[in-house]
Amino acid sequence: MTFDSATLEMLKAGLFDTLFMVFLSSFFAYLIGIPLGIILVVTDKEGIYPIPWLQKVLGIAINLLRSIPFIILLILVLPFTEFLLGTTLGAKAVVPPLVIAAAPYVARMVESSFREVDGGVIEAAKSMGASTMQIVWKVLLPEAKPSLLVGAAISITTILGYSTMAGFTGGGGLGDIAIRYGYYRYETGMMLVTVAVLVIIVQIIQEAGIKWSKKSDKRIR
Amino acid sequence: MLSTEPIIQLEGMGKEFQTSNGPIKALDDINLTIYQGEIFGIIGLSGAGKSTLVRCINYLEVPTSGKVLFENKSLAAMSPKEQRKARQSMGMIFQQFNLLSQRNVLQNVCFPLEIAKVPSKEAKKRAMDLLKLVGLEDRAKAYPAQLSGGQKQRVAIARALATNPKVLLCDEATSALDPNTTKSILSLLKDINKNMGVTVVVITHEMAVIEAICDRVAIIDKSHIAEEGKVSDIFSEPKSKIGRQLILGDAAKQAVKFKDSRKIRISFDGRSSSEPVIAGMILASKVLVNIIHAEMKDINGTAMGQMVIQLPQEETEAMRVLNYLKTAKVPCEEVNDYDI
Repeated sequence: MTFDSATLEMLKAGLFDTLFMVFLSSFFAYLIGIPLGIILVVTDKEGIYPIPWLQKVLGIAINLLRSIPFIILLILVLPFTEFLLGTTLGAKAVVPPLVIAAAPYVARMVESSFREVDGGVIEAAKSMGASTMQIVWKVLLPEAKPSLLVGAAISITTILGYSTMAGFTGGGGLGDIAIRYGYYRYETGMMLVTVAVLVIIVQIIQEAGIKWSKKSDKRIR
Repeated sequence: MLSTEPIIQLEGMGKEFQTSNGPIKALDDINLTIYQGEIFGIIGLSGAGKSTLVRCINYLEVPTSGKVLFENKSLAAMSPKEQRKARQSMGMIFQQFNLLSQRNVLQNVCFPLEIAKVPSKEAKKRAMDLLKLVGLEDRAKAYPAQLSGGQKQRVAIARALATNPKVLLCDEATSALDPNTTKSILSLLKDINKNMGVTVVVITHEMAVIEAICDRVAIIDKSHIAEEGKVSDIFSEPKSKIGRQLILGDAAKQAVKFKDSRKIRISFDGRSSSEPVIAGMILASKVLVNIIHAEMKDINGTAMGQMVIQLPQEETEAMRVLNYLKTAKVPCEEVNDYDI
């Protein structure tokens, strides 16, 4: 294997595709996942606005979605992607299945971050006459922020893992390159390079998440 | 000096919890009236229901029977919005302080004002004034993790007072603090009561807290009010068994060592502590008594305390001691072994 300029271009395009897929999907997954996580915590029968049946139904729906293997979801979602974007090819076509797979996962991560918030602090807010929305905005979200950031690093790296399967439906990205060259063509060198790039991305995201979380956490001084 | 205008009234209030082992009565038929401007204590052992009781006052827990009246208005009849408004008139502080860990001291004190939608400039000014009141104006930018327990409780007090409440509910507010810090927090509460006219409701399991600042006290035991009255009356003459137990406190540990002898507990209010009661008793009755336990405290300028002494075995000698105490009008009562 030689690293000519064409190979480098391909790797660069793959890297760009991967980052595009991962960050866009993470953005939408959080856009959906945070409200779901809030609903899961708030409507719990011990929560600040109990609606147990809703909590139960939502929990089951999330578990269902989470139990579908991503590779199957990728294919199941194809008609929906076609309808939404007019195509099933390219990096952007991987975003809808990634969001559908990641949002329930994110919802659970967000839920667990919110559950870490001290119940006493919520009670104090209630004793001051705070409404449910005020408790969510002024207590749950800010108090859970450090934990949410750690969760985000874990979620984004998980989404990165999912995105590497996108090659199966013509999605592109680094995972696609690793499978096509490394697996089908036995170009071990190429596979190692793409995997190395993926490892570096995971390291950076994870480290950045932890650092940011620590920096924002006012409990550690 | 006490106002006769009730601010909080509990009428036949009860609270039942549904558990997997069936319903549990946490409170049963609670009748209490708390008057404007007083410091009212609620004491009981853990599990007696006192924390539930205080949460029923501001409807953090909704009673399952009876009524809660705040300024003569029933909380049950209020809409959720009105209830939240009423809560803003009742500040609350907790054993674990419950400060927002991601906000600094100033932002914590501003928090209830944000909830009440007070403009931020006004809120900051009010918060700084309150921080001055609790002596923490120089820590405004600090985060709770950088403060000691006593400082955290001061911030919590400032926060609870931010919305100018008429009542301050204190749920075991000093139970996580050391004795010296407890003293300073209690005197702060006393000052707030005196200078701002805020009615204070103190929940505690420590008799010392009640003695230190309360005007009246209710003793709660097994979901019921065992007795209620002025602190000085209950302290010198507890009528209920739980009352005697709570007041005896540490003395019980000593008294138990002298199990098979007659013991009496002498309580000192401001009057008798200025006289040499024990010396006088020994000289007058010509009986040597054994002091099992003694504690004296300076409470609001008067010495208060109690002493447990062992009576002589011989009946006539014991009678002489008791007669002396009776004629000297020193409050005393026999300590029964079943109290301990």
